[in-house]
Amino acid sequence: MPSKERFAEGPVALFECLQQIPCNPCADACPRGAITVKEINDCPSLNEELCNGCGICMTHCPGLSIFVVDYTYSKEAALVKIPYEFSPLPSAKEEVDALNRQGECVGSAQVIRVQNSPNKTNIIWLSVPQELAMEVRSIRLRKEERDGAK
Amino acid sequence: MITTEILVVGAGPAGLMAAIHAAEAGAKVLLVERADRLGGQLIKQTHKFFGSKAEFAGERGIDIANKLISSSQECSNITLWKNAAVLGIYPDGVVTISHEGAFCTVKPKKIIIATGASEKTMAFPNNDLPGIYGAGAVQTLMNVHGVIPGKRLLMVGAGNIGVIVAYQLLQAGVEVAGIVEAAPQVGGYQVHAAKLKRHGVPIYTSHSVKSAHGDSYLEGVTICKLDENWQPIEGSDQYIPVDGLCLAVGLSPLTELLWQAGCKMKYAGELGGYVPLRDANMRTTHENIYVAGDVSGVEEASAAMVEGKIAGLYVASALGYTSNTFLKDLQEAKFQLSALRSGPASVKICNGLSKVVLEEVG
Repeated sequence: MPSKERFAEGPVALFECLQQIPCNPCADACPRGAITVKEINDCPSLNEELCNGCGICMTHCPGLSIFVVDYTYSKEAALVKIPYEFSPLPSAKEEVDALNRQGECVGSAQVIRVQNSPNKTNIIWLSVPQELAMEVRSIRLRKEERDGAK
Repeated sequence: MITTEILVVGAGPAGLMAAIHAAEAGAKVLLVERADRLGGQLIKQTHKFFGSKAEFAGERGIDIANKLISSSQECSNITLWKNAAVLGIYPDGVVTISHEGAFCTVKPKKIIIATGASEKTMAFPNNDLPGIYGAGAVQTLMNVHGVIPGKRLLMVGAGNIGVIVAYQLLQAGVEVAGIVEAAPQVGGYQVHAAKLKRHGVPIYTSHSVKSAHGDSYLEGVTICKLDENWQPIEGSDQYIPVDGLCLAVGLSPLTELLWQAGCKMKYAGELGGYVPLRDANMRTTHENIYVAGDVSGVEEASAAMVEGKIAGLYVASALGYTSNTFLKDLQEAKFQLSALRSGPASVKICNGLSKVVLEEVG
């Protein structure tokens, strides 16, 4: 987990990868060399000064366990980037249900941007209330929003 | 009778790698596959693989399959037969094959068996109702043919296959009612389970299927809680309405050809059942028969690919096709395999392997 000081500086990656399994594509993916997986079964460790929160590692992680959080997004809202492999994709400005790690709806999130990735792990940028930045890890599209958009 | 230097049986991840590496070393390879397409189970794997770059980590199984299939097709030393089921291996070294419906005989110098594994099933009342599938069938329907297996499914088994296929069901738009797991904890990787949990899929650990219900097709399943001795707890029944039940309760190595050829076999529950004794170069107790992949013990596809590479390199060298880098390549592959197996997630596999991997075979 990055330090409080690092969070105050802007976007940074969070690794929710806590079990030792043989896997290291995140380390190969980072263009800044910020991620280290010493032995292949080690959990990744992040050099938080080198990480700029670009999110490239997120698209490579087979476990979809990397997220980017930016507490400096605005005074009230934090930016949370999540990996997303479902169809249809949401659109920018769409309001979606914000889900926690248990799949419970904890509030509303606004989609800021959808980054399409060639390997089909797309990245969704979400604006969420600051106090939910450490909770929101998934989304559910709202039927009424989608019907209205048609 | 057709002659070849190496016969590889099965064109899944292990067989493809074995064929490619043996052929690149210079050996003539006949690669036979029972199905009408190459790639084995890889072609159904829409998720990204774990491992390291050398095993294509971070790439999806289907993309890895396409890479390996192209490499095998580009290799002039490989002859590929689809719709080719090996029927028997005879004491004189002749192998009989049904190829495109025609009976033929092949005399190879060496054989690499990479037949994979088959799914286990489970006994409970009405387990033959339409709507009850093995996880492999669900993947074939969804990911090969584009047909969803039901509207609302319950998954049985929270090993890697169970959690991966449950996630693929969600991606296909199927509601996953939950995952039932008899063990007190999830056996699959935590990151896979976390993907399901954050989409609201409940995981019922220490639970099992009691019976399935429906007149002419599946309409619901009764599950129950298990005590610490894995016995059903009375009064814990729970009815879950579903039109599909997917069983992901383990795999057994497909070893019939090895038994028939007289290879020495040993039971290793950690590896899925009876597996052949072999050495670190994947040679069995039969001097001309080698193995790679799930037939030698059920494991991840990444390990199967490396085993295929080891078997392919070694068998080619046994026939005199030894490149300058042979020893280095073989050592690297063995190192790669032991690195994959070095973590806590592989303790069970290593326990199984310690019973069947010998210094010297035969």
